[in-house]
Amino acid sequence: MSTTLTIAERELRGYFATPVATVFIVIFLVLQGALTFNLGGFFDRSIADLNPFFTFLPWVFLLLIPAITMRLWAEERRLGTIELLLTLPVTQGQAVLGKFLAAWAFCAIALLLTFPFVIAVNILGSPDNGVIFAGYLGGLLVAGAFLSVGAAMSALTRNQVIAFVLGVAVCFVFAVASNPIVNDFLSHTVPALGEFTRRVAIIDRFNDFTRGIIALRDLIYFATFIGFFLFLNTVLVDQRKAD
Amino acid sequence: MANRALDSADGPIGGAGLPASIEIEGLTKRFGSFTAVDGVSFQVRRGEVLGFLGPNGAGKSTTMRMLAGFMIPTAGTARIMGYDVQTHSVAARRLLGFLPEGSPTYPEMTVEGFLRFCARIRGYAGAELDDRVNHALGLTTLRGVALQPVETLSKGFKRRVGLAQALLHDPPVLVLDEPTDGLDPNQKHEVRGLIQRMAPDKAIVISTHILEEVDAVCSRAIIIAGGRIVADATPKALQEQHPSGKLEEVFRALTMEAAA
Repeated sequence: MSTTLTIAERELRGYFATPVATVFIVIFLVLQGALTFNLGGFFDRSIADLNPFFTFLPWVFLLLIPAITMRLWAEERRLGTIELLLTLPVTQGQAVLGKFLAAWAFCAIALLLTFPFVIAVNILGSPDNGVIFAGYLGGLLVAGAFLSVGAAMSALTRNQVIAFVLGVAVCFVFAVASNPIVNDFLSHTVPALGEFTRRVAIIDRFNDFTRGIIALRDLIYFATFIGFFLFLNTVLVDQRKAD
Repeated sequence: MANRALDSADGPIGGAGLPASIEIEGLTKRFGSFTAVDGVSFQVRRGEVLGFLGPNGAGKSTTMRMLAGFMIPTAGTARIMGYDVQTHSVAARRLLGFLPEGSPTYPEMTVEGFLRFCARIRGYAGAELDDRVNHALGLTTLRGVALQPVETLSKGFKRRVGLAQALLHDPPVLVLDEPTDGLDPNQKHEVRGLIQRMAPDKAIVISTHILEEVDAVCSRAIIIAGGRIVADATPKALQEQHPSGKLEEVFRALTMEAAA
């Protein structure tokens, strides 16, 4: 575990040693703010909750998280540091988990910096802060799910643009799997698959959280989802590290 | 494990009955239909400095990557101090100091930060970690740039950062892929001196295409061409293979033959 944390710490410092951290956090906060206040009609609704904020959160993540993950492995290959990292006494699993934890911690920091929304809504009214907490927890889990997908896509290719596009595409498919357009089509053609996509849709799971429900089955869903993609990531790194 | 190492103690050269620190048997790597390394076998004992020579593309780096457990061989095995680099990879890598080709490092980290990271991965902490990092900085004369980000350093300094990382834990086995590439003559001299000083206690493999280096530091040389070993002898014995007595001529004769 200490090896994993050492790798995670190095990674996290790496974000802040380069403009990546600043650019990501600024763009994230600006986008979330603009979408919540303008498109979301935060003030016009006159309801003391953060629903407009949470409605847009997964979509902002969908765009920005693959931008973080695209470099995770692609950059290591480009610099050749993957050869250094994986010839130190670390297992591939530790390297994969370390990188993931660092990226997740980074997203958590970005998410924490949205605290002015919470303060604002508490000054303007008396919201249910339990619901807000559940929403944040859900947001963090969505970030984790997207990160695990993006990291696996980054291990698949040494080209960062391809890693980004694949990351967005795969995250999008999982995000909207329950959308009527996807689901109705599948229910008619392959009924079994329609049932499956309804269960794996990230947005549906997230909506439970924004309603203030922290259900065990949703937590298990996210843990399984992230675990699966981290495992896939480990296999991909092992197979393609020296390509 | 220990038994296996002892069994194969009867290598071709040197070693007063010591088990070999590096054992490579029938190592082969194919990329599609192209065979980069073809049935390479050799052993290196403590006290030996093996010069691994060959033209570009002969399979030097591929062999070293397989020895470091980074690349998975198509066939064959490699062992470091008796540990198979595939099945006991973490144990093998603890005993290995490896300088990858081109000496890759994280550009945004400072020299000291990078070495502290490597030391922590290798399980050092507290005062011992400080000692290790300090010692490695001293060995490679990097103290003056310890707080500079690696990306601001010249090629020669970067190479020494990679070297410092490989020497950090005083490993019994050192595998250095072109350790003097990009260094100026003074730095080359320093690194060769460093390798010579460490030689008695370690098994060292260095790859190079600078033939004078073999004369200067190696106790033994292997020439590889087209993925196969074409010569394995002391530099002196190799020189005697050609009337001119020049290693360069021997190298050319052997590697051109294999390429033809």
